[in-house]
Amino acid sequence: MGGMTITEKILSYKAGRRVYPGDLIVVGIDLAYAHDGTAPLAIQIMRENPELYRVFDPLKVLFVVDHASPAPHVEAAKAHKMMRDFARKFGIRFFDVGEGICHQIVAENGYARPFSLVLGADSHTTTLGALSSFATGVGSTDITLAISLGKSWLRVPEPVKVSLEGEVRPFISGKDIILRIIKEVGVDGLTYKAVEFHGDAIKYISMDSRMTICNMCVEAGAKTGIFPVDGILLRYLSQIGVEGIELEADPDAEYDEIFSFDLSSLEPQVAEPPNVDRVRAVEELEGTEVDQVFIGSCTNGRYEDFLAAAKILRGRKAKDGVRCIAIPASRSIYLKLLKDGVLNVLTEAGFFVAHSTCGPCIGAHLGLLGPNETVISTSNRNFPGRMGDKDSKIYLASPATAAASAVEGRIADPRKYLGD
Amino acid sequence: MDIRGRAWKLGDNISTDHIISGKYKFKAISSIQDMVPHVLEEVIPDFHLKVRKGDVIVAGRNFGMGSSREHAPLLLKMLGISAIIAGSFARIFFRNSINIGLPVITALRIPKATEEGDILHVDVERGILINMSKGVEEQVKPYPREILDILECGGIIEYVKRYGDLPWQDTR
Repeated sequence: MGGMTITEKILSYKAGRRVYPGDLIVVGIDLAYAHDGTAPLAIQIMRENPELYRVFDPLKVLFVVDHASPAPHVEAAKAHKMMRDFARKFGIRFFDVGEGICHQIVAENGYARPFSLVLGADSHTTTLGALSSFATGVGSTDITLAISLGKSWLRVPEPVKVSLEGEVRPFISGKDIILRIIKEVGVDGLTYKAVEFHGDAIKYISMDSRMTICNMCVEAGAKTGIFPVDGILLRYLSQIGVEGIELEADPDAEYDEIFSFDLSSLEPQVAEPPNVDRVRAVEELEGTEVDQVFIGSCTNGRYEDFLAAAKILRGRKAKDGVRCIAIPASRSIYLKLLKDGVLNVLTEAGFFVAHSTCGPCIGAHLGLLGPNETVISTSNRNFPGRMGDKDSKIYLASPATAAASAVEGRIADPRKYLGD
Repeated sequence: MDIRGRAWKLGDNISTDHIISGKYKFKAISSIQDMVPHVLEEVIPDFHLKVRKGDVIVAGRNFGMGSSREHAPLLLKMLGISAIIAGSFARIFFRNSINIGLPVITALRIPKATEEGDILHVDVERGILINMSKGVEEQVKPYPREILDILECGGIIEYVKRYGDLPWQDTR
C-alpha cells in the first residue's frame, strides 16, 4: 500500500477513507473565506439563487475587507457595504478595514491548523499550508457553494517533494527560497500539484518565512504547499492558543517528483518582469534604477519582514526621489512593530507606513506606477500592468533586498549592509 | 454541445491580470458590467468592441495564471467567448470556467496550427476540435460525464439548483 504523504493524510481524514492521487472526493469544509475582491460576486450569486442564500456554519465562514481598504472610491465602498450587510445578516466572522490581509487573519487567529481543509476565494490561500493545513484558492462560485453547502469537491492532487537542505544563512529569507524554487520549476511547473516541504533546512525556516514560501507555491501553479508539523509550528500554535497534533509524511510516502535544493549557497534572489520564474541572483540585476519600493502584502508583510528591512534601514535614509511604502499584513503585526520601534526606523528612513491592506500589490490604491516606472516589491506577481501602467516594471525580492534598494535607489545586494 | 466561431490567438502565460487587471476591477467591483471595456485591453486594444458572439480564444501554455478572480472567465463569457482552447490552463481558472459553464479545452495541435481569424469547430462532448480554415483536426480526451453535465446546465450553480447536490459523489 505504501506510506502516506501529508496531503493524503489530510484528505483521507476528511474523506473518511484512504484516498490516492487522482481520486475525486467530496469533503466537508473547515473554513471558507473571501475578501472584497471575491465576496461581492459570491454574494451576488447567492442573492440571485435564493436556494443557496444561506450559510452552513457562521463560525466556519469569514469575510475580510482587505483588497481596496479603506474604500478608495464609491465602488469599493458599495462592495464593502454588501459584505457588512451579509455578515450582519448571517452572523459570520467579519474583519473590517485595517484588521489585516485575509490569509494573515486566518493564520493569527488559529482558524487554520494541522489537518484543516481550508478554501479561500483568493489564489494565495496556499499561505496556510505553513500551518500544515490543506489550503487552496478557489473562485467566487466555489466559495459560494462552500459557504452555502459546507462542502466542495476536490481531485486529490499528485504530491511533489521539495527537499530543502543545508544551513540557511541569516540574510536569506523565505522569499529567496521560493523564488529559487520557482526559477527551477517555472510558472506552470507545479500546476495542480501538492507541494510538500522536507529536509534538514526546515529547522532554520521561521513561520513567517514558511508562510511566504507556501504563499508563492501558487506562482508555480500548485494547488497547495504544505510544511509538516514540527517544533517551530507547535510553538506558533501554542502562542495562538491552538492545540498541536502530529502530522508529517510517512518515510516511505511516494512522490511524483522530487526536487532538492542546497540552501547553504543560496544568494538573494530577484524576479524580473514579466513573469515570476525570471529569477536571477541579485548581483546580476544590481544597479537597475527604481522609482518605488514596496514592502508588504500577504507574501512579505509579516513581523520578520519589517525587522529585516529595519536592520538595513536603521540610521540610513532612502535615496532621494524614491517613493518607499511599507504596509504590515495585519493590525497585530502593525502594533508589534510600533511597540518595538520598527516603524520609527522605517519612518525615519523615509518610508510611508500605512495601515494593513493589499493596496499596491494588485494596483488597487496606495501607490500605483506611472508609464515606464520601476518598482522593487516584496509582493508575489510581476505581470505587466499589475501595479499600475502597462509599461511599468515590477521586480520581486525579499524585504532585505527591497530595503537595500531603497537606500541606493537601485537594485542592491542586502549583504553589503549586513556585514557579510 | 457544438461550437463554431472565429479564433482569437493569444500566447503563453496570459494571466488573469491581462484578462481583467486589478486596477480596473477594483474600480468597478460592485458592477461587473462596468469592467467590460477593460477586458484584455492591454493585450488587444478595444477587444470588447471587436469580439463577436461565438468567438473562440486559442492560447498557449498556462492560460489564466494568477488570481482566483472569477471575473476573468465570466467577462470572457459575457463578451460572447464560447470556448477557450489552450496548451494548458492554470488550475483555478480552469475550475472557475467549468463552474460558470465556459468550456476550456487543453489541446496540443490546434493551438500551434491556429492563426487569428481561423474558423474553429468544437464538439465538446466528443472532444473533437477542427480548424476549418487550416484543415487541422485534433481529438482530445473528452470531459468526464460530470463536467459535461455542468456545462450543459450552464454552470455548477444551475446544476446544483436542478439536481440538489454536487455532481460528484464520494467514489473512487
